[in-house]
Amino acid sequence: MKPFRYDRAADIPAAVGTLARERAGVFLAGGTNLVDLMKLGVMQPDLLVDVRRLTSAEIEDLPDGGLRIGAAVTNSELAADRRIRSRYPALSQALLSGGSGQLRNLATTGGNLLQRTRCAYFYDTTTPCNKREPGTGCSALEGCNKDHAIFGASRHCVATNPSDMAVAMTALDAVVRIQGPGGERAIPVTELHRLPGQEPERDTTLEHAELITAVDLPPLEFSSNSGYRKARERASYAFALVSVAAALQVRGGLVRDVRIALGGVAHKPWRAHTAEDALRGAPATEESFREAAEAELADAAPLPDNGYKVPLARNLMMRALLDLSGGS
Amino acid sequence: MTTITQRRGIGASLDRRDGPQKVTGTAVYAYEHRFDNPLYLFPVQSDVARGRVTRIEASVAAALPGVVAVLTHENAPRLADTSDKELAVLQASDVAFRGQYVAATVAETLETAQYAASLVRVSYDEQPHDVELRADRADLYAPDHVNPAYPTDTEEGDFDRAFSSAAVQLDETYTTPMEHNNPMEPHTTVALWEAGDLTLYESTQGPAWTRGTLAQVFGLDRDRVRIIAPHVGGGFGSKMPHANTVLAALAAKAVQGSPVKFALTRQQMFSGVGYRTPTIQRMRLGATQDGRITAISHDVVEQTAKTKEFAEQTAVATRTMYATQSRRTTHRLAALDVPVPSWMRAPGEAPGMFALESAMDEMAIRCSLDPIEFRIRNEPEIDAETGLRYSSRNLVACLREGARRFGWASRDPRPRARQEGRWHVGTGVASSTFPVIRIPGSVARISYAAGGRYVVEIAATDIGTGTWTALAQIAADALDASVEEIDLRIGDSNLPDASVQGGSSGITSWGSAIFEAARVFRDLHGHSPSEGDRAEAGAPDNPEAANYAMHAFGACFAEARVDADTAEVRMPRMTGVFAAGRIINPKFARSQIIGGMTWGLGMALHEESLVDARFGHVLNHDFASYHIPANADSGQFDIAWIDEEDPHVNPMGSKGIGEIGIVGSSAAIANAVYHATGIRVRDLPITPAKLLR
Repeated sequence: MKPFRYDRAADIPAAVGTLARERAGVFLAGGTNLVDLMKLGVMQPDLLVDVRRLTSAEIEDLPDGGLRIGAAVTNSELAADRRIRSRYPALSQALLSGGSGQLRNLATTGGNLLQRTRCAYFYDTTTPCNKREPGTGCSALEGCNKDHAIFGASRHCVATNPSDMAVAMTALDAVVRIQGPGGERAIPVTELHRLPGQEPERDTTLEHAELITAVDLPPLEFSSNSGYRKARERASYAFALVSVAAALQVRGGLVRDVRIALGGVAHKPWRAHTAEDALRGAPATEESFREAAEAELADAAPLPDNGYKVPLARNLMMRALLDLSGGS
Repeated sequence: MTTITQRRGIGASLDRRDGPQKVTGTAVYAYEHRFDNPLYLFPVQSDVARGRVTRIEASVAAALPGVVAVLTHENAPRLADTSDKELAVLQASDVAFRGQYVAATVAETLETAQYAASLVRVSYDEQPHDVELRADRADLYAPDHVNPAYPTDTEEGDFDRAFSSAAVQLDETYTTPMEHNNPMEPHTTVALWEAGDLTLYESTQGPAWTRGTLAQVFGLDRDRVRIIAPHVGGGFGSKMPHANTVLAALAAKAVQGSPVKFALTRQQMFSGVGYRTPTIQRMRLGATQDGRITAISHDVVEQTAKTKEFAEQTAVATRTMYATQSRRTTHRLAALDVPVPSWMRAPGEAPGMFALESAMDEMAIRCSLDPIEFRIRNEPEIDAETGLRYSSRNLVACLREGARRFGWASRDPRPRARQEGRWHVGTGVASSTFPVIRIPGSVARISYAAGGRYVVEIAATDIGTGTWTALAQIAADALDASVEEIDLRIGDSNLPDASVQGGSSGITSWGSAIFEAARVFRDLHGHSPSEGDRAEAGAPDNPEAANYAMHAFGACFAEARVDADTAEVRMPRMTGVFAAGRIINPKFARSQIIGGMTWGLGMALHEESLVDARFGHVLNHDFASYHIPANADSGQFDIAWIDEEDPHVNPMGSKGIGEIGIVGSSAAIANAVYHATGIRVRDLPITPAKLLR
């Protein structure tokens, strides 16, 4: 591991200020992804600014009926919170399907959002990778790509975002609160992660020294009727092949409103707008669910090894919606 | 030749003697031996798969504070014997596989050593490499023999005629991927070179073997080398001496007097410490309409390294399992620019029985027979391979008892017929087998000590299997003493030589030596010995080996549930019934079998080392991406034993059980998945991608 300096700032402005002056520095929270990447030499920061104790570790009720999750709330605490479990069950289920008990005890809300995309070539410093070393080429494009993206990839990168939590937050219209050198701002979580495009080295839209301080979950009338389903190669401690987070509101047999996001299919959690649009006002039937899923997947561009993700995503979307509609 | 009259130790479900140490973290593993001012080694690995090192720029690394040495092929101490190319570390500039050690840093901290290694710049003259195993390669060759000394090919009767005229035929190809052993404790050496003596605190399956190997490679007398290994965190066949051990010893020689610690990272365990070759297995079976097998052929294609040959004995179990009038088995190898494959969890039997027992299931279906009945109809009278009778063979009893315990009788044989909620449910069965292996060379010493205690010494190891306790149980019966009177000493090459803990041979080999030493001790000293009385004896050859074929057998049953939406496979229950002679400690035996069947579960559903042929190394070289079963993957295990008295195998009447649990269990799962879904997956692992439609 390359030697680095460690700084524990007094408060958020100090942390942001310190990092703003240090181009080769990064924030450290739970470290469950960053430290792994440093051990492997994939990330080689000169400075770690520890923000683990700076941001809130509380989950607060907001006046509008939503919740504000402090960036330092651990994945375990968030999954266990009674309000999350009753009002946003998809989020609790997503968290509990991720990592292991040990990892969830250490990983934070902000850190989970900022975990790097997964790809064996990114994690192996002996192979070319545009994300790790821009301009060297994407090894996965013509290599082992069974775990890779079917949506939104570019010829520069086909890696996938591995977060479960972020998929649920994407379906639930979460808002990310950010503090940076230029002040505070808030963006929808759908605008936090980005597609690889020409700059696969950038996983998110955050600028240098911007810190996630909290995530807001807005009130959603039907978010209590939500769920998360993850398909994986072993029963626990595995990244999603494909996952789905969905929330559904049915009135008089018709879909009144719906939220769907997919994991394991793109460089970012994939909000299934096409499927949602197809479903609003449609009968809450298996046929509608299938048609909506297939409409979403019409644009899928699978790679040689990951064609299975297309039927898998279709089946998962249909099953999630059927379960939420009380169907069988 | 069973000589036990009264059993006081063997057969008792004693707790592990080392249990309290293990659960309190005080059992000392190789890395944990404490030293003042140890040094740490970190290797630099080749990132080309074939070629030659042209230049190594190490001055920046060497100048780092805390760096003591940077070893390269240009400055490393010379080895006395480089005939084993796998062990000839840093002796020449050529690179034979990606991941080969091309340099190493030695520093005062692990972090410094690792950072320094990242600063070593290596230039190569890179040559085209070849790492792709295919059945249609023109350069496949027949090795002289397959591991360890079986004939490469066998032929009985006229296979071609019998097969072409068979009423029912099957001709299918089964493949298994490259798999890596991955014991929990990484390969670890602490090497100390002092006054011409080399001491290794080593994570090894064989202290005596490691001592002999290191003595030869370094040109030392055996008594100048000592290997200490009181506790070993698993081996699975991979903890025989590999290049990592030699590298640590080279560094210790270079820094004389300072202990050098070298533990592999998980990533480093995917190159250079062994693995299971991928296999491509063509199975052909011919049978009569009523399910009598008339023809079997098993043609295996697998890989080895250009630098050193290892030929997995994949088709060998097929030579003994079932009766047939004609049989052909072959092994062909491709020599590639890859690390040397090696022993891994029932080498030969595990992949070979996946193919044979999958094919048996398919053939039973083609003959419209229950797969258990099909196997029973083809039970042989004698071992066709040797022409000998079996010392004991209770496969049929295992199948019947397993069927009873598992509830096989109520099974609807139609595939995809049973659905519970969103699960397709299926069940499958497969046979298991493993030979009784006795490795020569084990010697035991027994001394009578103060307080009426017997000190039993043998350089055996405990790789997590329970040796510390099981050998005490055996010694107790051999001496007609109580287990409490036995002080066992193992895990040190200064003790009398012991064979390696591999091939499920430990108990047979070491127990036979202990029995012989006990016999000599009683002959010399009678039943009222005096303090200081001692005797030493080696395990004798077993004359019965010329008269009988000796194998353990078993039957594995599995229930598979396959999610109708995601094709995720879950295994809620498995039953294993084994006939393996006398069971030394039923509690440990159950643990061994659960472990073995879990290996089978991983082989069936999870394990696959992915190689990108453009680069030549394993890409998924960590536990996040190389999947082994997690606790949530293993359901209920029902393990039972057939009472089997086998007076021929060894004085204990026992057969090795370290590996038989994996044999057949992957096929039982594949057969259950077929029964659940109607989809026959012939290439492991069975992932959702292969079942989704």
